[in-house]
Amino acid sequence: MKKLVISLVLVNLLAACASNKPAETTAAPTDSSAKASASKTGAASATQVAGDPLNDPASILAKRSVYYPFDVDAVQDADKPVVQAHGKYLASNPNRKVRLEGNCDERGSNEYNLGLGQRRADGVKKMLELGGAKSAQLDSVSYGEEKPVASGHEEASWSQNRRTDIKYAK
Amino acid sequence: MRVIQSIFGLLLLIQASVASAVLDIEIIGAGEKQIPVAIVPMGGDAKLSQTIHEVVVGDLMRSGLFRMVDLAGKFLTEPSQVSYADWQVRGADALAIGTVAMQPSGRIEARFRLFDVVKQAELVGQSVTAAEGQARAVGHRIADMIYEKLTGDKGVFGSRIAYVNRRGQNFRLIVADSDGYNEQVVLAQNEPIMSPSWSPDGSHLAYVSFETGHAAVFVQSLYTNQRKVLADFRGSNSAPAWSPDGKQMAIVLTRDGSSQIYLVRPDGSNLRRITFSGAIDTEPHFSPDGQYLLFTSDRGGSAQIYRMPVEGGPEQRLTFGEGSNYSPRHNPDGNGFIFAHRNNGKFYIAMQDFQTGQMELLTEGGWEKKPSFAPNGKLILFASEAKGRGILATVSSDGRVKQHMFTQSGDAREPVWGPNP
Repeated sequence: MKKLVISLVLVNLLAACASNKPAETTAAPTDSSAKASASKTGAASATQVAGDPLNDPASILAKRSVYYPFDVDAVQDADKPVVQAHGKYLASNPNRKVRLEGNCDERGSNEYNLGLGQRRADGVKKMLELGGAKSAQLDSVSYGEEKPVASGHEEASWSQNRRTDIKYAK
Repeated sequence: MRVIQSIFGLLLLIQASVASAVLDIEIIGAGEKQIPVAIVPMGGDAKLSQTIHEVVVGDLMRSGLFRMVDLAGKFLTEPSQVSYADWQVRGADALAIGTVAMQPSGRIEARFRLFDVVKQAELVGQSVTAAEGQARAVGHRIADMIYEKLTGDKGVFGSRIAYVNRRGQNFRLIVADSDGYNEQVVLAQNEPIMSPSWSPDGSHLAYVSFETGHAAVFVQSLYTNQRKVLADFRGSNSAPAWSPDGKQMAIVLTRDGSSQIYLVRPDGSNLRRITFSGAIDTEPHFSPDGQYLLFTSDRGGSAQIYRMPVEGGPEQRLTFGEGSNYSPRHNPDGNGFIFAHRNNGKFYIAMQDFQTGQMELLTEGGWEKKPSFAPNGKLILFASEAKGRGILATVSSDGRVKQHMFTQSGDAREPVWGPNP
């Protein structure tokens, strides 16, 4: 029964990915066509070859963090395109590796938050795999509440600390 | 089983003793009934006498169960000098006197006597010796004897505590006396340290260190400082807890998915999984009889306290109602447990009886986490916050007496009370 549920979820997620794909591929050309409409397709493919989109500050790949509501480990709709874009990038760049670092705000026990951060990182990892990244490219760890980027004791800080960072190996 | 030693070990392990590490101790509240005692400073070596006196008075005051009787300039060291009538007039129930000397070998020898002023009888007459520089230990042992004779409960002043001191990116695992003094640095590094856990005999600490880039469980001898990796699987390895006989440990691993509880021998052998929830199951703690585990789980939608037989079997939810609950620990008598309760943006230290299922808040609430019992079950050590810093705090198990201990700098986190020596 459990297996069935999991596979149904997987099918749904795959379907979600698949249905998003056309949207992304159409979105990308419109972006580049705005820049390179004059020089047509030749210029567009040239920029793709020349520059790693990972280094393009305007690319969605420049976003390397995913944020969460309190005590939630599922990637939120707003951040799904970011994770999917990284999944696609990793699928087409099999030599690149990432480390997923899950973090939490300070509410909860340190140990509970370690578990929650791991679920956050593992959730991003799964979504990257569904997007075509290979397991060998991915490592997921949790820092729980131990490495906050913001040290305040209010929501403004907490919201920054509830986070999974996608860190590419150099 | 990997043993980290040699140069790596030397870099990481700094055995240092820092005197006067605690700047400030605040005591709030008082016991229901306070025993009036007269503690006369010991005769003999003045410096030793002063240290011992400070420790004895400090220990007894912090327990909240004693009131110091004004000595009115009286000084005596011998039983022949004791006038019971004098001390009865001053309102003392008990009187402590003694002498202390440094022996030629450097050892400290204190001769200590405790009298019941009301019954006009000597309760204790004992010689306490300790190595050079261990005057505080002498004081703690004398305080323990006074506490035990006058309350009927075993003292805990001679026991030790462990906690993590965080200063920016620097983390230090500290072992200290129960009053926070006599700090020993067990481990210092620039990666987080979490969840120290005492072996039942007090000889080892298990803890979580991020030095390998993720959470891994280590076990370290407090005598030799030798340390071993107990669990370093992919994902997170954490929440070590010892069985009362020290023969097995519960740990939490994410290698098979979400945080789940496993049993393992302290040498790393015989690893086996015992929870299968798919939720976060963490913070296991053995019952005093070794038969049950309390743990935190969010399987019901929020973090709550559960109990299960160690050898597997039905898992029972123990906490309900508003808010969420974390970090359970059994009472030493096995009748209930303490935990951190979160509700309306505050953390409280709470206690619950197994029989009644009623939760009782022991603190007013704030940022109060990670409670652990003193070996006698009369005091609870926990992490709190004051003046913008993480501090150590205690509350008596009846909630009446609280104290705040401010360490020298940085945040004190993850405290845990060790066993009696």
